[in-house]
Amino acid sequence: MNPYELTIGQARTELDGGNISSRELTISCLDRIKDVDDKVHSFLRVTEEEALQQADEADKKIAEGKADPLCGIPFSIKDLMCTKGIITTCGSKILENFVPPYDATVVEKLKNQGAVILGKVAMDEFAMGSTSENCAFTVPENPWKQGYVAGGSSGGSASSVAAMECLGSLGSDTGGSIRQPASLCGVVGMKPTYGRVSRYGLVAFASSLDQIGPLTRDVKDSALMMNGIGGYDKRDSTSVQQELPDFTASLCEGMQGMKVGIPSEYFGEGLDPEVAKVVENGIEVFKDAGAEIVNISLPHTEYCVAVYYLIAPAEASSNLARYDGVAYGYRDPDAQSLLEMYKETRSHGFGDEVKRRILIGTYALSSGYYDAYYKKASQVRTLILNDFQKAYQSCDLVISPVTPTPAWKRGAHADDPLSLYLSDILTISANLAGIPGISVPGGFSSDGLPIGIQLQGPHFREDTLFRAAYNLELATKLGNKCPEIV
Amino acid sequence: MNISREEVEHVASLSRLNLSEEELVRMTGQLDTILSYVAKLDELDTRGVAPTTHAFSNQNAFREDEVQESLPRDEALANGPKQNGEAFVVPKII
Repeated sequence: MNPYELTIGQARTELDGGNISSRELTISCLDRIKDVDDKVHSFLRVTEEEALQQADEADKKIAEGKADPLCGIPFSIKDLMCTKGIITTCGSKILENFVPPYDATVVEKLKNQGAVILGKVAMDEFAMGSTSENCAFTVPENPWKQGYVAGGSSGGSASSVAAMECLGSLGSDTGGSIRQPASLCGVVGMKPTYGRVSRYGLVAFASSLDQIGPLTRDVKDSALMMNGIGGYDKRDSTSVQQELPDFTASLCEGMQGMKVGIPSEYFGEGLDPEVAKVVENGIEVFKDAGAEIVNISLPHTEYCVAVYYLIAPAEASSNLARYDGVAYGYRDPDAQSLLEMYKETRSHGFGDEVKRRILIGTYALSSGYYDAYYKKASQVRTLILNDFQKAYQSCDLVISPVTPTPAWKRGAHADDPLSLYLSDILTISANLAGIPGISVPGGFSSDGLPIGIQLQGPHFREDTLFRAAYNLELATKLGNKCPEIV
Repeated sequence: MNISREEVEHVASLSRLNLSEEELVRMTGQLDTILSYVAKLDELDTRGVAPTTHAFSNQNAFREDEVQESLPRDEALANGPKQNGEAFVVPKII
């Protein structure tokens, strides 16, 4: 077994037992990146020198018996999170040369715990997209099938974890951007409750929806990473002042006494029969483990895409106003006036999807249209939130597919943005409601593409999701699976 | 039509974006498709429904108003596309 094939949990045992050093583990991952990254294209930047230094420091801590649970473990980081002294592009030309002067809180937490950061991974520009094809620099491939998308926007996070280039990755999820690529690449992806993980240093897309979370090869690793990155941060005013539980504690509690809700609206028209079958199998697993299955209704599900594609662009149009060529990033060199500088900088610096969303958002917020679009969407958001609150009165968690289909071919939605937006229908509600959701591998299509199962829970009940996901993983035996990369 | 070419031009100007003729035509068509879709929200009667801007109301994040260290000027300026060591330099405004 190669060291890079270890899960975080397994690597911890090997590191603490002195069977392997963090340096050996890190070199194993770096070699793996050299072997496969020209095929999967996960990384925008590999920080080999810094990673080896961090590994040596981790080895010292381990030798002194002072290792935290993530000490010496190599990770990749979505290029939307600021890394001090290391270029952070957000997948955009406009930030091609941006060197953050500080670390995001999550990066700082990983570093303080002795983790090793291998580099920054690809993503849709400013996290706007569902395939990572909107990245200005490279497009990650699905490690399970060449020519197929890895998903997005945290596509590089998912492909790097699935291709075993790292042991885990930090992604961010605004409308499914952790759960969807995790599902398409056959790994575990957790979107925590809004406010559970600090957003300080996460470059903002839609501030009321964005949340950082882990992508890992099994459920226990996801819980271990959540233990390491969660918690209150005074630098993020939306961060929740609540004590962080040990998320590994609930894993082995079984399903007895749990009520699992099935939302009929998530199994409607357009759902691939192979995806439906995988989720039905998951329901059987829960039933066999002693859970009670209940039918529930989330009646406003059909409106979530419309709500999301008004609220997210509205917030984005405001957040992205800062890219004006003044204080950082690209500036058009030829503009003579200030206004021309703003316009030329933004027109050359942003890609198509980002421009499209800025236009939609600005329109939805503009004079005369605010009530009809932004306010209306915010009211329907309340109805979606109420749906979940009502549902959780009769169940502990909700099971559903993550995406209506397995991964698709690159370029399939090139000229039709709305058709791609509609593929987010099963993941968006969790962000609008601020609830946690996890994608856990459930099976494969006849084409050999992974299919995930989504579990959603009430606010702050990540523990319930980890517990149920762990039961699924025990039954499907799909944890830590490696694709053959050709 | 939910949005006209002139409206897209106006919104682009508010957004500080220059659109080429080709972009303007394409974006007008795509925005129109998207706005036709989101019009589905009109099916719902939302009279009396309070809007949600955050999923749950946070505690106010109070802190003491204390002087703390901030980013040194040279570091704050380091990413500036054009700067003179003291400030960011931009084209003449007045």
